[in-house]
Amino acid sequence: MIKFNQVYKRYPGGHEALRNLSFEIAEGEMVFLTGHSGAGKSTLLKLIAAIERPTSGSVVVKGQNIKSLKGGALPYLRRNLGLIFQDHKLLFDRNAFDNVMLPLQICGFDHRESAKRVRAALDKVGLLNREKANPIALSGGEQQRLCIARAIVNRPTILLADEPTGNLDTEYSGEIMNIFRSFHQVGVTLLVSTHDETILRQFPGRALALKHGELQP
Amino acid sequence: MKSATIQHVQVIRFTLQRLLHTPVASLLNILVIGIALSLPVGGYVLLKNVQGLAEQTAGTPQISVFLAAGTSQEEITRISKELKEHAAIDHIEFVPRDLALKQLQLSTGLADVVGGLTQNPLPDAFVIYPVALDAPKLELLRDDLRSWPRFEHVQLDSAWAHKLQAILRFGRLAVLILAAMLSFALVAITFNTIRLQILTQRDEIEVAKLIGATNGFIRRPFLYFGLVQGLLGGATAWLIIACSLLLLNYNLAELAQLYASNFSLHHLTPGDSLALLGFSAYLGWLGAWLSVSQHLWQIEPK
Repeated sequence: MIKFNQVYKRYPGGHEALRNLSFEIAEGEMVFLTGHSGAGKSTLLKLIAAIERPTSGSVVVKGQNIKSLKGGALPYLRRNLGLIFQDHKLLFDRNAFDNVMLPLQICGFDHRESAKRVRAALDKVGLLNREKANPIALSGGEQQRLCIARAIVNRPTILLADEPTGNLDTEYSGEIMNIFRSFHQVGVTLLVSTHDETILRQFPGRALALKHGELQP
Repeated sequence: MKSATIQHVQVIRFTLQRLLHTPVASLLNILVIGIALSLPVGGYVLLKNVQGLAEQTAGTPQISVFLAAGTSQEEITRISKELKEHAAIDHIEFVPRDLALKQLQLSTGLADVVGGLTQNPLPDAFVIYPVALDAPKLELLRDDLRSWPRFEHVQLDSAWAHKLQAILRFGRLAVLILAAMLSFALVAITFNTIRLQILTQRDEIEVAKLIGATNGFIRRPFLYFGLVQGLLGGATAWLIIACSLLLLNYNLAELAQLYASNFSLHHLTPGDSLALLGFSAYLGWLGAWLSVSQHLWQIEPK
């Protein structure tokens, strides 16, 4: 599903974020990405979503090489991915329902069909009763769950989550990890970055440990 | 196909909502575009009207020949015969002085003045319709007729029409230059409006790109906005001209009555009106397109 081969990422200015990364994630796998902040976790996720391009080496997602991906094909690759951001990236000019609706609008779904899907997604993350609320009125945990609802409403085959439990207390992060586990059970490939050791102990799954941009054995 | 149509309908609804969301700004923008467009289009309308008047008055060029006073009936018959045989003349019309006076009485509302005359001051006249209609040949014929005896005054009636045509050509060019400059202004106005919109919607554009929006999807609402704004601007220009013509015609009616004419200014033809709306919508779209291509690539998710 996701394949890295000798990937290097160097930012302008000389900072080397990733060094010689090679790994593979199979379809339906649930993988944790660990390491301290600055270890390169976010960069790695950005490479998969083609937000950044590798300096050298190859990143292949669903059979497509990110480096040689044409601009026109990029949106269609991203529609297979559910992205969950640490800073949520919610839009505050519309309510929760419309935020989750956005990916379906982009794909051109019929309005009634998408309304059903949006409610299903909100239900899944336990926000069905908050659909009219503006995201700014939601708590940090609710905002994170809303971001998850938006990521899954399009039924992506791969979910990428960047520190989804970063700013949350244990109770909330447990809830969110349970949501992820339910996706794992229906066959979604998951890559979750975290620096929370307790999560790793609670949940089964392979862990990729990053340190200074290199994969630890 | 179906989902594409739905998307377009959604975008149009969204565009109208956005226009209504900032009513004052939208209204001012549309008004500015309308006024800018109404200047050249108004000029065009006036030119069309003057041109119509000129064609109505001087449809075919004719030469009026006024005979010297005291020309006898036999002489008139002889001249009439000679004129009819002239190769450059198609046909002629004789206007006796009594008839001319009657016509004057009827047509210009000068009945009082004419009635006060003790004797008829008008000469007998021929109206000559030439075969050739181009200016040099007409002038040649006029000069020929001037050399005839008993012809007091020979007047080529189309001369002023030619001059008017030249003035109209000049006017058309002026309107065209004005139109080109103000079209550019319209594009610039839309360009700037869209630029501001893009800047305020930075977050939305970034998120949309992250969750798989194509460039076309992101561009579409802005293009529609430019299109609708241009269209409404064009409609405003049409209304401005319509109101101006109503006002002008109201005042013109009095003036025209004095000249015993029922001349009034006409608005754009339906075809021209559609062309105006289409053109203004296109310019709005163009301004938006230029703005979007200029600014959208600068917003990339980080």
